[in-house]
Amino acid sequence: MIKRRSFMRASLASGVIALAAASGSLLSFAAQAAQPLKIGFSMALTGGLAGAGKAALIAMELWRDDVNKKGGLLGRPVEFVYYDDATNPATVPGIYTKLLNVDKVDLVVSSYGTNEIAPAMPIVMRNKLVFPSLFGLAVNDEFHYDRYFQIMPAGPEPKLDWSRGFFELAAEQKPKPTTVAIVAADAEFPLAAAAGARKNAQAKGFKIVYDKTYPPSTTDYTPIVRAIQATNPDIVYVASYPPDSVGMVKAAHEVGLKAKMFGGGMVGLQYAAFQKNLGPLLDNIVNYDFWAPEPTLNFPGINEFLKRYQEAAKGKGVDPLGHYLPPYAYAYLQVLEQSVDAVKSLDQAKLAAYMHKTTFKTVVGDVKFGKNGEWETSRVLMVQFRDVQPDNLEQFAGPGKRIVVYPKEWKSGDIVYPYKK
Amino acid sequence: MWSVDLFANAIVAGLLLGGFYAAVSIGLAITFGQLDIVNIAHPAFVVVGSYTAYIINRHFGLDPVLIGVLFAPVFFLVGAAIYRVYYVSFERTGQESLSGLAFFFGLMFIIEVLLIMAYGVDYRLVTAGYIGQTINIGFVGIPFRMLVPFSVAAALTVGIYLYLSRTFTGRAILAVAQDRLALQLMGADPVRIKQFAFGLAIATTAIAGSLLIIIGPVEPSLGRQYIGRVFAIVVLGGMGSIPGMAIAALILGVVETMVGTFMGPSWSPAVSFSVLLLTLALRPSGLFGRK
Repeated sequence: MIKRRSFMRASLASGVIALAAASGSLLSFAAQAAQPLKIGFSMALTGGLAGAGKAALIAMELWRDDVNKKGGLLGRPVEFVYYDDATNPATVPGIYTKLLNVDKVDLVVSSYGTNEIAPAMPIVMRNKLVFPSLFGLAVNDEFHYDRYFQIMPAGPEPKLDWSRGFFELAAEQKPKPTTVAIVAADAEFPLAAAAGARKNAQAKGFKIVYDKTYPPSTTDYTPIVRAIQATNPDIVYVASYPPDSVGMVKAAHEVGLKAKMFGGGMVGLQYAAFQKNLGPLLDNIVNYDFWAPEPTLNFPGINEFLKRYQEAAKGKGVDPLGHYLPPYAYAYLQVLEQSVDAVKSLDQAKLAAYMHKTTFKTVVGDVKFGKNGEWETSRVLMVQFRDVQPDNLEQFAGPGKRIVVYPKEWKSGDIVYPYKK
Repeated sequence: MWSVDLFANAIVAGLLLGGFYAAVSIGLAITFGQLDIVNIAHPAFVVVGSYTAYIINRHFGLDPVLIGVLFAPVFFLVGAAIYRVYYVSFERTGQESLSGLAFFFGLMFIIEVLLIMAYGVDYRLVTAGYIGQTINIGFVGIPFRMLVPFSVAAALTVGIYLYLSRTFTGRAILAVAQDRLALQLMGADPVRIKQFAFGLAIATTAIAGSLLIIIGPVEPSLGRQYIGRVFAIVVLGGMGSIPGMAIAALILGVVETMVGTFMGPSWSPAVSFSVLLLTLALRPSGLFGRK
């Protein structure tokens, strides 16, 4: 009897324990399911690159809201943990260390721009994380990290692909131009772009007659343009950041630059505020771009995305049209989303393997990464400004003002040559 | 590459650039040079001047220079109020050296953050009929984008110089820098005089800011790029001497442009600051400084 009672008690106790254990794991599962999936990053929200950084953040938040509306990632709501890197590369390592060790984020993505991406690389690599990155030029050339995935369509040889179109276009003109001037800001991206331009120019048989850099704090660009003019180049390749690009364009107009092709790697001419202000001074400049509202680039979802971005950007002091960076800021998270959905886990090795083998469908079109984490095929466009009206922002929202003249598969018109008659 | 027309254009461009540097530095020549106040936030006030010009230009289409002149009195009052806070908090208690520097450093960050919060971080530009136009005199091309700032800067410099040297208040400002006690004995209140002078210095930033945004795009943290340059000009000019400051600004402008044209622009800052060091080695008190 005692034995029987003891047995019943033991059975009851083990049943209770089993039930408790089961409910515990259920509770823990439920708790984890409700726990947000944290994506960490630094972003330039103040300082020189803040205009682009804030615009990128708006696009990223649109993606987060979209994903959460669909039930989140792995059934968990997505939450961002981010800090302002103040466009200061020195702050980036500290931010990523905190994100990983204190905030315990599940995934990381990069800040905007080469200078802010490179300092995060050693930390990300040490933790063996996949690293979707936003507009870094040839960052992985130094690191050779197999979990780095860069969304800017600069191609497998970013330094060369960045300016390849400019020099190929120049080489096709008749009579073929022979001399080139290369001028770049003393900063990481422009120097890398200028190095690529130098190689492309030499490969196409151009003679480099001016090859100099200038400090980013330059106030007046007319002496630089005059010095370029004095060497009488047929084409002028400029690798510059936004304020310098404006200075260069104005100086070229004021000096009466007689080059037959002008532009190339000028950051800033993609921003609506500059386009509006520079107006007709932009006419016939050939410059790189990654998207323009041309019929050849009408990717599924891009127009809907831009409409929502433009609504969200109102009154925030950022690029009102958002053609340049925001679609790519949305797309690099689409890549992450599609990868997590497909592998159904946060296993970094599986995610990286999936990202390497997959062609992603995004708002910037099909994205396929190559071995070095850059786009397998370059899609650096060369666009030419045409018939720009003064002080008119709306004209840039539609087609006809930035004609895609390179490469052939995305071309929407022929180049007007020479730049100044 | 050397040619007479390139040389002449470089000299003219340097003088125009130097004129603009004078407009940005003149306020600091008063605060730092004459009042011994290390106003590191001076270029940030210049950026505020740029944003003022941008806002009014955008909404009402007024000329940026006119906006700068119209808003100078407002900036004067703001400057006077800031000095009062600085005086009560630091100068009166003799803590102006380090705490005062921290105060203006903090002020610079506050200005930047307020501008970011109010207007975002995008670059801002103004429109004016003369921007983009060039006048050619012989083989020398003079862009109005630089000529207008130069002309306004010249008028501002001459005006401030005459004011300081010809009026009672102006002389009192010069006197307060030299002998505060003597000024008190003459019946003038040194604190009020310094407050007026600080207001005057900040008033100049309204005009300098309008010139800055005529030349190129402006964003909230742009002022940081000018901190080294404006302090160098004031020191080179002789700490408080207005003609010295103007000549130093012109020298820096011409050296920068000449180097940029003939050696390569990336050498400009190094050569400019070498000129500063060399001058100070030969004349430690600056070009027009008192020994």
